[in-house]
Amino acid sequence: MTHPIVLGGLDYTLLLLYFGFVLGIGWALKRRMKGSTDFFLSGRAIPVWITGLAFISANLGAQEVIGMAASGAKYGIMTSHFYWIGAIPAMVFLGVFMMPFYYGSKSRSVPEYLKMRFDEKTRGLNALSFAVMTIFSSGISLYALAKLLEVLLGWNFDFSIFVSAAIVLVYICLGGLTSAIYNEVLQFFMIVFGFAPLVWLGLRDVGGWSALQAKLVGVATDQHFAPGTWTESWKHMASPASNPMGVEWFGLAMGLGFVSSFGYWCTDFLVVQRAMAANSMSAARRTPLIAAFPKMLFPFIVILPGMIAIALVRDLHSGFTLPVSADGTPNFNMVIPMMLGHYLPTGMLGLGFTALMASFMSGMAGNVTAFNTVWTYDIYQSYFAPGKSDIHYLWMGRFATIFGVLLSVGAAYFAARFNNIMDFLQLVFAFVNAPLFATFLLGMFWKRANGHGAFFGLLTAMLAAALHHGLTLPYGEVAGIKGGWLGTVIHVYPGEMAQNFWTAIIAWTTCMVVTIVVSLATARVKTDQDLSGLVYSLTPRLPEEREPWYKRPVILGVVVLAATLVLNLVFA
Amino acid sequence: MNFDLRFPIGIIFSLFGAILATYGLVSDPAIYQRSLGFNVNLDWGLVLLAFGLVMLRLALRARRRK
Repeated sequence: MTHPIVLGGLDYTLLLLYFGFVLGIGWALKRRMKGSTDFFLSGRAIPVWITGLAFISANLGAQEVIGMAASGAKYGIMTSHFYWIGAIPAMVFLGVFMMPFYYGSKSRSVPEYLKMRFDEKTRGLNALSFAVMTIFSSGISLYALAKLLEVLLGWNFDFSIFVSAAIVLVYICLGGLTSAIYNEVLQFFMIVFGFAPLVWLGLRDVGGWSALQAKLVGVATDQHFAPGTWTESWKHMASPASNPMGVEWFGLAMGLGFVSSFGYWCTDFLVVQRAMAANSMSAARRTPLIAAFPKMLFPFIVILPGMIAIALVRDLHSGFTLPVSADGTPNFNMVIPMMLGHYLPTGMLGLGFTALMASFMSGMAGNVTAFNTVWTYDIYQSYFAPGKSDIHYLWMGRFATIFGVLLSVGAAYFAARFNNIMDFLQLVFAFVNAPLFATFLLGMFWKRANGHGAFFGLLTAMLAAALHHGLTLPYGEVAGIKGGWLGTVIHVYPGEMAQNFWTAIIAWTTCMVVTIVVSLATARVKTDQDLSGLVYSLTPRLPEEREPWYKRPVILGVVVLAATLVLNLVFA
Repeated sequence: MNFDLRFPIGIIFSLFGAILATYGLVSDPAIYQRSLGFNVNLDWGLVLLAFGLVMLRLALRARRRK
């Protein structure tokens, strides 16, 4: 069997050099890990440019690079909504409004903040679901990497799994969160430098942006959409039927832009942990704001290749093809690797592939570091072994890394065997995550919200999300994993994405209402003094005016939002 | 505390840049047909090298100031 891409000796040399280097960084950090704070929070001593790049890089794993290029081919420039609406505003909100409570409370994790603000059961619920979720995400990353290498290069599946898992295991065990963060930053530059020439060559090959626009007209009209659908992000959002995503602007703005995006960027410990490692309150607040600048430019590196690829595939003279998946359609997940193979000669090809592998591994490493922290502080220290020495928890962190990686390997094989169970699990996680932002919003801005309210708000909202999913279906699907499993279908959505967005909206609203009602119906337990530093109205304002303007979160936030608005208008 | 990350970044990118640029000088020009005739190993290798050296310089300067 032949494989689409062949790496040369030079490519393997670069690959080995890079991963040797990654292990070396872990090794060099090892003797600096003196206590649990060093291991789990990098001693809260990382400069802001590093935490900022790690903040977006932790999210730049498998799903991002491969998935966004695939969406670029399937939906065109509309995919940028996942960045310009679905990430940037939430990142600004985190930096300006929420970081003071996360960082100022000195909580060591997001679940721990919930414990301080609400109560033990709310923390327990969040910690447990988060721990399970990180293991599965890390397993999926591992599985996707091994599968990709098997298909493209003919590498043995087991070999890829064990080597990647071993590299991640070693460098996190040695250097903890610092090691993960340093490698995430290194990986960020690898992705940028590895993929930028690809975009440049691809764009040149199709004849520039306006020629690409012209070529994409055919892609849109072939599928019976208006000519500009692939190159205009907002003009075709009046109704779900007029764009390939199958969503209308309101569902997109509320479901993706508000609920899902704020739920992920503002409450997911995987990303928040990076900001918590910053060396000062000011640096912690600026972390997501600094991250927002490269984030708003990522569409040009990850979405544009997908758009170029679909134009090339349609043009029979281009000589560029995509592998065909089982159902006969082009496999869009192969866009980035196939373009690397198409345009880059040996040497640069090695650089591109190293970047791709690094992004999978650092996606996995991000999950493992978030897991070992939540496990050690929020589960082990809280329920199994409170009051042990700090050295004991450092030891536990290393041990948790080992079994976290082993469980990820297990999850990867599980994904390989039972693909649909993985789909099901991701669905469950969506139910669990959707309401979280309502809990945090009430927690941080309404002092009357209490533990019972938060806990039951979350529980009923997860249930409401599941119910909504069970009673609705995307158009053209049969009842089952896609929804409608409760027997009756009360509403049919034009597409899966619209259904997801509305599931999120309903979960969030339920959580908001139930938390308020239950909080008002039950007694307030925590006093104003308990909540100082945890709730907006009970926390002294931060003295911001003494900093120069470019260090002030509010000003930076405004600049970020203005720049994002301009991008939206340019590509509207 | 933690060491300056600009050192490892500077080292790896200078190294990668130097390797790619050198290979670009000695390799058979025919392999650049796929990259539309551009010797990407040489050109981009020099970019990586420059980036790596800037990072190293910044790191050294910060260390001297301490």
